Amino acid sequence: MAKDFSILIGGAAGEGTRMTGQFIGKILNHLGWRIFIYEDYQSLITGGHNFSIIRASKEKISAPKKEIDYLIALNQDTLQRHKNNLKRDGLIIYNSDQIKEEKGIGIPALSITNQLGGKPIMKNSALFGALVKILGIDWQILENLLRKEFGEKAEINLKIAQAGFERAKTLWKIEKLNQKPLSLLTGNEAVALGALKAGLEVYLSYPMTPASSILHFLAQVKKDFKNVIVCQPENEIAVINMALGSAYAGKRTMVGTSGGGFALMVEGLSLAGQSETPIVIVESQRPAPATGIPTYTAQGDLLFVLSAGHGDFLRFVVAPGDAEEAFYLTGLAMNIAWKYQMPAIVLIDKEVSEDTFNFDESIADKVKVEKPIFWEKAGEYKRYLDAENGISPLAFPGEKETAIKSTSYEHDEFGITTEEEEKIEKMQNKRLKKYRALKREIENLEGVKVYGNKNSDKAIVVFGSNKGVAIEMGKELNLRVVQPVILQPFPEEQMKKALLGVKKIFTIETNASAQLAQFLSCQGIKFESSILKYTGRPFFIEELKEELKNKT
Amino acid sequence: MNELDTKTKNTWCPGCSNFGILQAIKNAILILEKKGISREKFVLTTGIGCHAKIVDYLNINTFYGLHGRAIPLAEGIKIGNPDLKVLVCAGDGDAYDEGISHLIHAAKRNIDITVLIHNNRNFALTTGQFSATSPKGFVGRSSPEGNLESAFNPLELMLASGATFVARGYAAKIEHLTNLIVQAVLHKGFSFIDILQPCLVWFNTFDVYNRRVYEIENNEISSKERTIQKILEWDYNDGEKIPIGIFYKVEKPTFDEEANKGLVKIKDFGPQIKEILDKKI
Repeated sequence: MAKDFSILIGGAAGEGTRMTGQFIGKILNHLGWRIFIYEDYQSLITGGHNFSIIRASKEKISAPKKEIDYLIALNQDTLQRHKNNLKRDGLIIYNSDQIKEEKGIGIPALSITNQLGGKPIMKNSALFGALVKILGIDWQILENLLRKEFGEKAEINLKIAQAGFERAKTLWKIEKLNQKPLSLLTGNEAVALGALKAGLEVYLSYPMTPASSILHFLAQVKKDFKNVIVCQPENEIAVINMALGSAYAGKRTMVGTSGGGFALMVEGLSLAGQSETPIVIVESQRPAPATGIPTYTAQGDLLFVLSAGHGDFLRFVVAPGDAEEAFYLTGLAMNIAWKYQMPAIVLIDKEVSEDTFNFDESIADKVKVEKPIFWEKAGEYKRYLDAENGISPLAFPGEKETAIKSTSYEHDEFGITTEEEEKIEKMQNKRLKKYRALKREIENLEGVKVYGNKNSDKAIVVFGSNKGVAIEMGKELNLRVVQPVILQPFPEEQMKKALLGVKKIFTIETNASAQLAQFLSCQGIKFESSILKYTGRPFFIEELKEELKNKT
Repeated sequence: MNELDTKTKNTWCPGCSNFGILQAIKNAILILEKKGISREKFVLTTGIGCHAKIVDYLNINTFYGLHGRAIPLAEGIKIGNPDLKVLVCAGDGDAYDEGISHLIHAAKRNIDITVLIHNNRNFALTTGQFSATSPKGFVGRSSPEGNLESAFNPLELMLASGATFVARGYAAKIEHLTNLIVQAVLHKGFSFIDILQPCLVWFNTFDVYNRRVYEIENNEISSKERTIQKILEWDYNDGEKIPIGIFYKVEKPTFDEEANKGLVKIKDFGPQIKEILDKKI
């Protein structure tokens, strides 16, 4: 019995492969298998080639494998592209209306659908119906899930699925595992939910892949939450400036974008630093420079995000590597942004954003709305009071006999413009005190995670979406795996501890210039070398294993 | 001195027409307070330029923003708290050059804020370069042989963009301007006043304006056709007469109201999140 297996479903854009992949994932999830779904799609609306790899494992996973056990092909193109990755004993399930005769199981999915009076997109139901039969899965599981997912449309889809089910035969009896099924979330959904749990009230965003689905998700669920405003302003410059206005008015606000949009926001980021306005910015990376490759992945904005913005100012940067971390760290970013009145950036990439992960509900309890330091409404209000820890108590416009003066210009404690040396230095020192206070707090949070063989003298260091593939390598190759999740202020002490006794360190990054290694070198950490990939695709298990075997 | 003033030393040039605008804003706030809008409800955002120093001279809530971005800043404040009366002071460089997209979209979405443009028709604080409303041939430090571009007419743009209150004032006619600001703040929706603001140092238009400016009387302010005729009387380049007053005023639903519709204060989203997570199994 396989410890894990992968199913690839592919077709043209608009054929519904993603939704079908999600559904297959859910079926396997209900059998207690842990699920990860990799999405690969192109920047077009119809045609082209899209595919999903649904990987099921007995243990939690968050990385794709190249080798596939089942290939579900909606068209000839899918077959040509992926046939070579099929295992020797793997099986092809194909839409025989669109594909010439092939080894495997052909299902005339489109004819079935037409005969039963369904829409062409429903042909997917015939294919997953067949898959369920092949895997020896109880029909009732499919039926229950289909009714839950499709509501009114379930009946016709059930008929089509049934027809597919009947045409196939059971080739493998999949094991039902004694594990509770977990929620299946994309990283973007987790970012949105984590922010909501931490009290999100306003979300502003201009569409940009791969961050757009945060906007779509929040626009969709806001009616259930009743206390969230979701807006799409005219451009990213408007987004960030509106967001700072909304935060100044007292609303917990977040914005989301990718590298190009973040580049447009950078002046506003600097304003958040200077005016000490709390704001959460989600930056989901895609390959750049410039337009780059919109629907693919990269980690090439790391150094940009860490240093973006003119002038010296403070920021909090986290880099979650899966949906659970995305939820938790976005919540943390919101609370830190408000406690310290500074910008907080959630740095993810297309894989974290759009791949699907298992999500343990208990994570949700770890995030709550933490109250920032408010003005106690006594005496004259100073927006930039030089407090001991640098944090000036907050007040919002609307307070009687109080003027709340926020500013982009250097200022005194009241927020009145200054160009005097002494006051300039004092205000910069106030902001630095705040940073030092945050740095102390960071060391008490979980800023660096360690996996694999914790005694190994060889370590691989990763951030963000490379977490999953690295953890599996740690297990397989007996390596130590280190993942910093807080990048600024950098948890130096935790990192030192995590790397104690290590002789050789490698970084694994999806960028061309080893930005994580560059960044960590500034912290005095010496590297053996870096394993880099910059094809827009993440590391697949087999690829990294090969690379690591050669290097370690 | 009244409590609307701060103790900050004013650094505008002596005789600057910005003093007139400052006075008109203060007058308007006092009048609006009498009409029931309390002082703490006012918020003013600014861009960058001579006009922006006004935040230091007014003892009210202010957010001194970035160049060109005073309008989205104000929109965010209004979305965040629709009870506030949000005003924007921006320069022509701010609103008509650097941040013109925001001006258009704020008008388009009819968000209930008041935008006051200190239009001195040049970049004054950066020492006199041409702006979007400098006339063709304007001689400045970046155009010693004369500006090659013609000015554009911001009122025409605002009408086309969907502004529901379009007006022009003159910094030297403080009483008239005060009344315009009061009307603009009371208007439910996006209100816009282009304020002619002569710059003594780089583009002294006092004499020209004093000769040509006249107050509009009995205009049909809800008719786009009549309004456009009035707007086209002066194109910011040449022309004989310069009308000031309210050009256009209509009522439409506001963005901030619609965006905030049905919102309920909820302290903990835990149950809703659990429901979504359960659906995702």
